[in-house]
Amino acid sequence: MAKLRYERPVIKKLNTNFTNKYGTKTEYSPVTHIEGVAVKDLISKYGSPLFVISETHIRNTYKNALRAFRTRYPKVQFAWSYKTNYINAVCNVFHQEGSWGEVVSGFEYRKALNNGVPPDKIIFNGPDKTDEDLIAAITNGSRIHIDHLDELYRIIELTDELKMRPKVAIRVNMNTGIYPMWDRFGFNYENGQAWEAIIKILASDRMDLVGLHCHIGTFMLSSNAYAVAASKLADLALGIKIKFNKNIQYLDMGGGFASTNTLHGSFLPGKDTSPTFDEYAEAISTAILQSGFPPNELPLLILETGRALIDEAGYLLGSVISNKRLSDGRRATIMDFGVNILFTAFWYSHKISPAQEFSHYTEDSVIYGPLCMNIDVIRESCTLPPMKRGDHVVVHTVGAYNMTQWMQFIAMRPSVVMIDTKGEVHQIRDKETLEYLEQKEMMPQYLKKFTL
Amino acid sequence: MSQLKIKSSIAISETGFLFMPNTGDSFSVNPIGVEIIDLLRQGKSEKEVKKTILSKYEIDDATLEKDYDDFLNQLKQHNVADTDEN
Repeated sequence: MAKLRYERPVIKKLNTNFTNKYGTKTEYSPVTHIEGVAVKDLISKYGSPLFVISETHIRNTYKNALRAFRTRYPKVQFAWSYKTNYINAVCNVFHQEGSWGEVVSGFEYRKALNNGVPPDKIIFNGPDKTDEDLIAAITNGSRIHIDHLDELYRIIELTDELKMRPKVAIRVNMNTGIYPMWDRFGFNYENGQAWEAIIKILASDRMDLVGLHCHIGTFMLSSNAYAVAASKLADLALGIKIKFNKNIQYLDMGGGFASTNTLHGSFLPGKDTSPTFDEYAEAISTAILQSGFPPNELPLLILETGRALIDEAGYLLGSVISNKRLSDGRRATIMDFGVNILFTAFWYSHKISPAQEFSHYTEDSVIYGPLCMNIDVIRESCTLPPMKRGDHVVVHTVGAYNMTQWMQFIAMRPSVVMIDTKGEVHQIRDKETLEYLEQKEMMPQYLKKFTL
Repeated sequence: MSQLKIKSSIAISETGFLFMPNTGDSFSVNPIGVEIIDLLRQGKSEKEVKKTILSKYEIDDATLEKDYDDFLNQLKQHNVADTDEN
């Protein structure tokens, strides 16, 4: 007779409290497949842990975002934020959909060029552009978004040497009613710095001021802040038109749209608190349309949305290493993925689903990663069915920042696969090896030998 | 570990609802847990309980050993079971 499926014996105390009017959905519905591909097959072929990206999800999310803006504003352009996820295959999905590139460093800039993005469709942001970066961007005709006066003066010097007119914008920071105010980047609106920078650029007559840029924060849970920002950028653009009779070609609202992840300490899940693309689009479009531009002189609206476009398309598959009981009686589960590859665990309570069928019995458990570090906590408390060593889990909404902020520390970075729109699996980054890691190391001759 | 004895006062249903009348506490126990409690209440030894579970379920000795000890510790912590001093 075939034996029955085993489940660890569990006893759980039932607590009767006041009824929670919001209710809480338990997280243990199993997720056995991603885009029709079995989790266990993916892990057996590519190893565990494994990042999985759904191309279908990226394309659908992008189309939804574009629809939300294009139905409200006539001229819209997205620019893919490389720092959010710069694996080339991911970038190219966005470029195929029509996204320009938005980069914040020299190597990201070269990545975008290598991917085939036309130079004039690359926006170069960030406070650290080297001479080499600036010369390349000026020569190629890319759009340089100036962050500070030192950069502005350096560009003026370089234009003298290169005898070229770069296309520039300035980054503007401002009070949008949001705390903290991101005033470390760009020129301030309220104290007149931004206007002074604009006058310096126009007075220099060595570059074309084509746009105005802002990026008011990250994971913005208020769409109204964007309305304030759009009004202030529009005010500057209209001021330039009145005083200098010059049309600003585009307003770049940056990124910062929230994904559906749940922030630590948040009472409600992210799905219920994060504004939708329609809400952001309504706030921004209405503010620009009502700001006073003649209809035929409306600037192009550029969006550098990263997180909200990619986060949900990413999954992290992992396996249980061990279960243990902590000194206070809490259950602990150790997974084979840690905060070194799931950096966002520091600020999100990531949803974790088992990847195989279970009964309806659950336990609250602390979820730890495999690192020998006390900070390696994936979830402080997570309701999951009893799992045993070797069982698989799926961590949801991990597509943004993890595949760029990850680090090789104690454990190496795993493989990344993309499931295409037909359900085919493509490996888009190989897992790291010791040989890869040691490629950049040098051993001085006198340290090559030792005796113990 | 000395033999644990399930308290005689507890009531447990087939669906795994466990009630302790002297404290008013109630618990939820999964089917394998119910089976182990039933066997212990019948006076079966640890060895006999493990043998029954191993013959019935798809599980290896080492994992069962670990889970069994953890489960019994939990029963003790929740005062569902006591160490049999006799």
